Amino acid sequence: MEATLQQPPTETKEQKVSLITGSEIVLKSLISEKVKTIFGYPGGAIMPIYDALFDYNDQLEHILVRHEQGAIHAAQGFARTSGEVGVVFATSGPGATNLVTGLADAMIDSTPLVCITGQVFAHLLGTDAFQETDVINITTPVTKWNYQVTDASEIADTLAKAFYIARSGRPGPVLIDITKNAQIQQVAFIGYTPCRHIRSYRPKPIVRQEYIDAAADLINKAERPYVIFGQGIILGKAEEEFKTFIEKSGIPAAWTLLGLSALPTGHPLNVGMLGMHGNYGPNVLTNECDVLIAIGMRFDDRVTGRLDKYARQAKVVHLDIDPAEIDKNVKTTVPVWGDCKETLPLLTEKIISRDHSAWLQRFRDFAKEEYKEVISKDFNPGGDILNMAEVIDALNELTGGDAVIVTDVGQHQMVASRYAKFTKSKSNVTSGGLGTMGFALPAAIGAKFGAPDRTVVAIAGDGGIQMTIQELGTIMQYQTDVKIIILNNNFLGMVRQWQELFNDRRYSFVDITSPDFVQVAKGYHIEGEKVVARTDLKSALKRMLDHSGAYLLEVIVGKENNVFPMVPQGCGVGEIRLK
Amino acid sequence: MTKQEYTITVYTENHIGLLNRIAIIFSRRKINIDSLNTSPSEIPGIHRFNIVIDETEEVVQKLVRQIEKQVEVLKAYYNTNDEIIWQEMALYKVPTSEIAEKALVERLLREHGANAVVIRNDYTVFETTGHREETEKLIKVLEPFGLIEFVRSARVAIIKSSKGFHEKLQEFESIEPGEAVKENEYLNQAEEVFSM
Repeated sequence: MEATLQQPPTETKEQKVSLITGSEIVLKSLISEKVKTIFGYPGGAIMPIYDALFDYNDQLEHILVRHEQGAIHAAQGFARTSGEVGVVFATSGPGATNLVTGLADAMIDSTPLVCITGQVFAHLLGTDAFQETDVINITTPVTKWNYQVTDASEIADTLAKAFYIARSGRPGPVLIDITKNAQIQQVAFIGYTPCRHIRSYRPKPIVRQEYIDAAADLINKAERPYVIFGQGIILGKAEEEFKTFIEKSGIPAAWTLLGLSALPTGHPLNVGMLGMHGNYGPNVLTNECDVLIAIGMRFDDRVTGRLDKYARQAKVVHLDIDPAEIDKNVKTTVPVWGDCKETLPLLTEKIISRDHSAWLQRFRDFAKEEYKEVISKDFNPGGDILNMAEVIDALNELTGGDAVIVTDVGQHQMVASRYAKFTKSKSNVTSGGLGTMGFALPAAIGAKFGAPDRTVVAIAGDGGIQMTIQELGTIMQYQTDVKIIILNNNFLGMVRQWQELFNDRRYSFVDITSPDFVQVAKGYHIEGEKVVARTDLKSALKRMLDHSGAYLLEVIVGKENNVFPMVPQGCGVGEIRLK
Repeated sequence: MTKQEYTITVYTENHIGLLNRIAIIFSRRKINIDSLNTSPSEIPGIHRFNIVIDETEEVVQKLVRQIEKQVEVLKAYYNTNDEIIWQEMALYKVPTSEIAEKALVERLLREHGANAVVIRNDYTVFETTGHREETEKLIKVLEPFGLIEFVRSARVAIIKSSKGFHEKLQEFESIEPGEAVKENEYLNQAEEVFSM
């Protein structure tokens, strides 16, 4: 009470009446959320926010991309390497619709984003006004939450909710659509209160001790337990808890595409990759384990193959933060609902250390066979023409597994994921669930902003790179230190592989021509070179990594090389083919 | 598993766009909604959806989990028909001349629990409330007399074993934000109504 009396009354009065615009509230809210980087593109309906941004340039760094899709993929890359929420600005109409692919990608890969779109004046809503589109309804299926703000007084609370929803529980993209009148409108701003609770929203399900006990019991009695893990480990920041769990239990562990880098690839219990182009042992032994422990993964069809031939013999323990994932695809024996950061230590405590070396040896035996049949040939193809795997192998040697690898979608993505070495978490950035070609280049830009001290290498095919190649302009403007490797086989390789294997080699529209990528890069003042001969590969990669600033390396690889092993569509994981 | 009728009850915040968010959970999976009703609930500010679909329990369970995942949904659960008390209301418009001359109106009304809502020179509107078979039966009866118009409302349903949502909501609100452990204590008590 005393303190209040001592305060000069005029000061509180002034604070109460100070009016600021909705646009400024947007920026003040972002600063309160410790946002430093925004990826965006201006336009008519978001101009007031950009006008306000002019004065906040010292606190908020805005990266002007070349296309809104580039902005959202960059924000995804940023979120994936930093573990923070990525922020995007876009205008109404086409600006907003250009975000849809990225929203869908972030939704299916659980990436936390807050996208702010401008919208026409509230009184024009529904009149087919210039650049008006029903963004809320267009984005509803691809956002964790979205909301349209029509009054400036709603902005601070809405953004607080947006950040809370985007980052809590199972993360995901949130879109806030703000009408132009709300951006201009002046209202009293008393400060920003972060959101910590929404009555109707349960970010984390209940951790139930009885399920922990039941899971521990199953695992302790198992003869051939097998851990499969996904991005949940990374999103839950539970890498250490996970490592402790597998090290104490001695259980072999395999990763999904997005789980990659949660556990160092060189860890003795890391047995490799799951799924359609995953490793031999991890796929085959899924159908021989007696207890399958799935952690922070969602049994995607690219992981399971045919469900009625997937781990039918196994009891399944599923740890997930999202209750909707339990029993969605694979029937669970024991569901361990909750944040794996909390559930893993509880489980570890109950686990008895057991010797699973004979079982682990089974994985090693399969690995040996895979090495003989596939990997050794991938690394030493003979002949004059380079193979994608050789490039990754050489890159591993030079980076020591410390680089952030950002991949696009297709054959090179599978090769890079299979062979890239990782020593640190949050190092693998790829479009997993949606399979968005064109993801790598913009995502790599964001990845560099999210992890400025690390080497970021984008790997793309000749098809995918051409989908978002305009983002070379962003790299040029901000001198973003992104290394770009284009594995050019002059084909849309993955589709061509399928056409070869399943459509009698009827190569329907997969023969794609490319510009001179090095010349294109030069046009953007980005250094680059092209490698054709094996003898030049390592020195060129070294030049790329040693170069200060962005660098584009085009590597010509075999036109009709295939990615193996492969679980053909409609087959069980046990039917994986080595050739 | 065989398909049967399930009534899904959803308690939600009153939020623009939520109807769409819930509806697309069904349409995305190409599941037809047989009946959908939104109404206020016993708690001011909280809305209640009743959704009827014909599906297997496995599908319904997955749908309910997807619905409950939505930020503004407080709770969703599903019931078979024998677990709920439900009603649908129907209106029937028939020519007054026909119905007055040819049918025993009084008997009609008594047998079908119907009421005459409007009686005009040109037409009469009857109303009846009940299960679908009951409202459908009256169509059959009125058809020979030149049924001009028929409309049936969505299903409204109340769960037999539920103690209502009010107490639970108060518990929701009483929980201090943040502490996950506290929330668990409370959720563990709610076995009876809570679906998960």
